[in-house]
Amino acid sequence: MASARGIEAHGLVREFKNVKAVKGIDLEVAPGEIYGFLGPNGAGKSTTVHMLTTLLPPTAGTARVAGYDVVADGPKVRASIGAALQEAALDPWLTGREHVRLQSSLHGIGRRERKERGDELLERVGLTRAADRKVQTYSGGMKRRLDLALALVHRPTTLFLDEPTTGLDPQSRSALWNEVARLARDEGVTVFLTTQYLEEADVLARRVGIIDLGRIVAEGTPEELKAEIAKPTVEASPEEPSELGAVAAVLEQFGERTQGAPGRVAVRLDGKGDLADVVRALDAAGVGVSNLQLHAASLDDVFLAKTGHRLEGAEDDAAPE
Amino acid sequence: MNQQSLPHQIAEIASRSVKRTLRQPGVLIPPLTFPLMLMAVNSSGLRAATDLPGFPTDSFLSFFLPFSFMQGALFAASTAGTDLARDIDTGFLNRLALTPMRGTALLVGQLGGATAMGVVQALVYLGVGLAFGVRFESGVGGVLMLLVLAILIAIGWASIGVWLALRTGSGEAVQSQFPMLFFLLFISSMNMPRDLIEVEWFRAAATLNPVSYMIEGLRSLIIEGWNAQALALALTMTIGLVVLALGLSAVALRERMART
Repeated sequence: MASARGIEAHGLVREFKNVKAVKGIDLEVAPGEIYGFLGPNGAGKSTTVHMLTTLLPPTAGTARVAGYDVVADGPKVRASIGAALQEAALDPWLTGREHVRLQSSLHGIGRRERKERGDELLERVGLTRAADRKVQTYSGGMKRRLDLALALVHRPTTLFLDEPTTGLDPQSRSALWNEVARLARDEGVTVFLTTQYLEEADVLARRVGIIDLGRIVAEGTPEELKAEIAKPTVEASPEEPSELGAVAAVLEQFGERTQGAPGRVAVRLDGKGDLADVVRALDAAGVGVSNLQLHAASLDDVFLAKTGHRLEGAEDDAAPE
Repeated sequence: MNQQSLPHQIAEIASRSVKRTLRQPGVLIPPLTFPLMLMAVNSSGLRAATDLPGFPTDSFLSFFLPFSFMQGALFAASTAGTDLARDIDTGFLNRLALTPMRGTALLVGQLGGATAMGVVQALVYLGVGLAFGVRFESGVGGVLMLLVLAILIAIGWASIGVWLALRTGSGEAVQSQFPMLFFLLFISSMNMPRDLIEVEWFRAAATLNPVSYMIEGLRSLIIEGWNAQALALALTMTIGLVVLALGLSAVALRERMART
C-alpha cells in the first residue's frame, strides 16, 4: 500500500464518448519512487496522468495521490503535486523569470520567497543567464528545463512528468534525467514518468508499468520484467556471405529466428543452449563467423512479448535525436 | 502556502495578458491601422452623404469615427479569443488549472489584454479624430464617456472571443467566426443614420442589430451632445453583451477546465 506521499489507483477508467481510453488501471507507487509508465502513443498514458493530476475526472475507479482522493480532494492533490505535461506549455511572449513568478504567485508563495525560490530553481535547471529572455528564443531543451522548474516552484511531494524528454537532444535528455533522479534520491519526491523511450524507463525508473490499449499489461522492475519474459539474442555474421544459410541453420537449433542486421542472422535463445553451445555447434558444422554477439534482453522484448507488437520509436532509443 | 486572493489572481493573469498583447506588434498594429484606413477612405469617399436632407452633421468624419471603435473592438475580440485558444492548445491552461487559480480570475484576467488594447486603440482613434477636426458636442466629459463606453464595448466583444475560444479550443475556429461579427457591423447604422436608410429590410436589420445602438451611443457624444436615450441604449446593449458573453464563457470554462 502506497503511503500518504505515494500514488495508488484502483480500477481507473476513462471513457470519451464511445472510446474507452483507459480500461481499468491498478497501480501503486511508493514514496520517493520513480515509476516509469511505458507505452506507445495512444496507449492511455496521458489520459491516466490527467486523471491522477485531477485535470480529468475518472469515469470509474478511484485514485489517491499524496494521500488525497483525486475526485474528492482535487485542490489538496493539486497543492501536493507538480506536473510537466506533454509539450512544454509555455507562453512564448513571457520570459523564463516571468513564468516562474506567475506560477509561484498563483501558488500563493510570498513575494520574498518567490524571488529566492525562482532564482534557486532557475539556477538548478541552468537557466539563470537566459532567465530574462523571452521563451520564444529558448531551445527545446531549455523549454523542458523551464517546464520542470515550474512544476517544482511550490515544493511538491509528487511529480508527474509526461514524456518529458520527447524531442530532446541526448545532452538535454541526460541533464533532465540527472535532475529527476536527484529529486527522487535527495528530496524524496515521488515521480510518475510517462515515456515511450525504453532507455528512459530502463535508466530512470525503479519500477515500470507497461500500458497498451488502455490496460497495464506488465509491471515490475526492468530487471524482473526482462528476466520474466525476454530471452537474450545471439547475432552472427558469416565470414563468407554465401554461408548465411548455413549459419542460420545452426543458430535456429537454439531458438526462434528474429530480425537481425543486414547480412547477419539473429535468434532469440529459447533455453536449449547458451553462447558457448552456439560457438561449439558452429565449429562442429565447419561454418566460420566473423562476428558473434550476445544481446541482453531489452524492455522492447518485454513489450513485444506482452503486447504482440513493438513499441513505436523503440528503434529510436539507440540514437535518440 | 496560502491561496492568493481573487483580486491578486486577476491581477497576475491580467498582467500576463497585457504583457503578451503589448509584446506582439503583429497583434497591435492591424487594429490601429485598418480602422484608421477605413475611416480615411469612407470619410473622404462618402462625404457627399452629409448633403442628404436630415443627415445629422456636416462632418462625415465625426459621423464615422465611432465605427473605428467598433472595428477595433472586434480586433480585440479576435486577439483575446486566439490567445486563449493558444493557451488551450499548448496546455498552458492546464498549467494554470493545476494552481489554486479560480476560474473567475482566468476569465477576468484574460480580458486584461483586451482592455489594454481597447485603451490604446481608443486613445489613438480619438487623437486622430481630434487632429483632423472632430469636435465633441458633449465637451470634455463626453470624451471621457466615449472612452469608457469604447473600452466596455471592447471588453464585451473580447468576452465573445473568450467564449468562442473556450467552446472550440482552436484559434483557427475562433478566427473563422469573425466574418460573422464583421457582418453584424456592416448591417448596422455605421454608414448612415437608420432613418435615412431607404432599403426597408436593411433598415429593419439595422434596427434589430445591437451594434447599431452601440455606434449611435458613441456617435451621439460627438455630434449631438448628451443624448440620454442614445447613451442608455448603448450602455444597456454593451453591458448586456458583457454579462451574456461572460456568463456563456463561465459555463464553457467549467466544461473546459473540468478539474475535480
